[in-house]
Amino acid sequence: MKCIVCVKQVPDTSGVVAVKEDGTMDRAAMDTITNHDDLAAVEAALRIKDATGCKVVVISMGPPPAEGMLRELLARGADEAVLVSAREFGGSDTYATSQILAAAIKKVGVDKDDIIFCGRQAIDGDTAQVGPQIAEKLGVPQVSYVEKVEVNNGKVTVQRQLEDGYMTIKVNTPCLLTCLKELNEARYMSVDGIMECYAKPLNVFNYETLKDDPLIDVDTIGLKGSPTNVYKSFSPPVKGAGMMLEGADKGTVDQLVGILNDKHII
Amino acid sequence: MAEFNSKDTAAFKGVWVFCEQREGVIMSTSYQLLSEGRKLANDLGVELAGVVLGSGVKEEYLKSLGGYGADKVYYCDHELLGTYTTDAYTKVICELVEDKKPEIFLIGATNIGRDLGPRCAARLHTGLTADCTHLDVDVAKYKEFLKTTSTIDVDNTVFEENTNLKMTRPAFGGHLMATIICPRFRPQMSTVRPGVMQTQPFDQAGADKTVIENVNVSLSKDDINVEVVEVVKAAKQLVDLIGADVVVTVGRGISKDVETGLKLAEELAGVLGGVVGSSRACVDAGWITADHQVGQTGKTVHPRIYVALGVSGAIQHLAGMQDSECIIAVNKNDTAPIFDVATYGIAGDLFKVTPMLIEAIRNLKASK
Repeated sequence: MKCIVCVKQVPDTSGVVAVKEDGTMDRAAMDTITNHDDLAAVEAALRIKDATGCKVVVISMGPPPAEGMLRELLARGADEAVLVSAREFGGSDTYATSQILAAAIKKVGVDKDDIIFCGRQAIDGDTAQVGPQIAEKLGVPQVSYVEKVEVNNGKVTVQRQLEDGYMTIKVNTPCLLTCLKELNEARYMSVDGIMECYAKPLNVFNYETLKDDPLIDVDTIGLKGSPTNVYKSFSPPVKGAGMMLEGADKGTVDQLVGILNDKHII
Repeated sequence: MAEFNSKDTAAFKGVWVFCEQREGVIMSTSYQLLSEGRKLANDLGVELAGVVLGSGVKEEYLKSLGGYGADKVYYCDHELLGTYTTDAYTKVICELVEDKKPEIFLIGATNIGRDLGPRCAARLHTGLTADCTHLDVDVAKYKEFLKTTSTIDVDNTVFEENTNLKMTRPAFGGHLMATIICPRFRPQMSTVRPGVMQTQPFDQAGADKTVIENVNVSLSKDDINVEVVEVVKAAKQLVDLIGADVVVTVGRGISKDVETGLKLAEELAGVLGGVVGSSRACVDAGWITADHQVGQTGKTVHPRIYVALGVSGAIQHLAGMQDSECIIAVNKNDTAPIFDVATYGIAGDLFKVTPMLIEAIRNLKASK
């Protein structure tokens, strides 16, 4: 048994967001972090490793600097890392990304009792699509929005979040689970882990590595192979400035309530 | 070169809405999507169909879809479709799509819709745009939309004339909006945020003339690789943020005294006839449950009155509430971004301002 975890390095959109003149995000000017939901996915895999001694492989598709994030995940306890990186993969939408990641996961190898983990969604795109699409491309069952995972004698039982409760689901392996950040509290890197992380294997899969897989087709990867395209992107206008009331005392509050009353708002 | 059936775009006609049911009851998101789908179908001059998968769903529920605009309902009945599983639903829907070939397929971006949509799109080899907040097929209408929602100089910009579905969604946590198209493949698929599209009034005549087509479902247990052991409803009553007329939201500003902050918000919501919402910070801190969360990863609301108490107004939060009719913000920091979208702002301590506000509104109501 092993766990394969897909991870994305994302711009930290909780801080200052730099936008270029053409309306796209200036990623180079922003801090990067490991996507929150993905960290929960890594932690879920590491806990299974703690209990069973299984191997944990982390995979990320992105530009070469994502290697730093992968080293950190090795320091947290992952055994192997794969960086999927090539010019041909650039500009991929969720469909094309899932084709490439599925090919990379096949290259790592999926055995009968393996579990593939993803975060539910990345904070830069918020689509939650790549996980289920990878599962489809691999032909394995999926459960998304996972808030609890139990593995007993190779049997996987998960709790899947609904808006008003949850489902308890038993799922056959190999399977793909997409995790919510609420699933767990991710561990920190250990000192030993940091010492060891540079000795652990970090492989780069480029176009050459994956090109023989039928999933890697000029029609299904990269910008050209993406079914969706951006028609227009734009910034929302700043809403007309409202009215800032003077002071913060009883007079101010009475003024506000007076306006709301006059305008029949209350 | 790969070949896909979805490439023959001319063979696809009609607009579909996936109408999700849970325990036999149609979700309200379906009515929102049908109302929106009706407009698209009218612009294209095509039929609107609702698609329901379930087990023993009542005919009156199926008929009701016509009251919100559906000309037709495809009903797929099977004992294995009563409770959602990705495997069963994907199989049945993809087979139906390949048979009937709709050009547009809308799915509510519920926790289930966001599981089903990508799996189906991947199998059908077509594009899917997540969490859309606006849809157009007509370029003129799209331009009108941009005039009020963007900084684009619409009259001096060239737009390609076509009837592709233009799917607009917030990107990068709401910092940017992107309009996405799927020009080469069909159906054009989109998940749509619950609460964003307006439900049109129910029309009994439409419901009466809805055509229900029972679909032959071929499904067996071997098709399903999961077993749903139980479906558990949360014990406590969840707050209905989306349907609320007034939302009073608390933010990190209550940290000084969380208990009092929440009590004040509840009291203010009480006098205004509303419910309590929350920013992400308070949910992450464990002060309030996630069903109260407004924003990009929470719920999108557009109530008549939105009061923000100690909410700084991170862009992710603004994305979920800035279309509220009247926004009142109270925050100690007079440069907080919430004031950029507020209709009325008070720069002050929420612990001092809110009790005065509660009293003033109470007095006003008593005098009426």
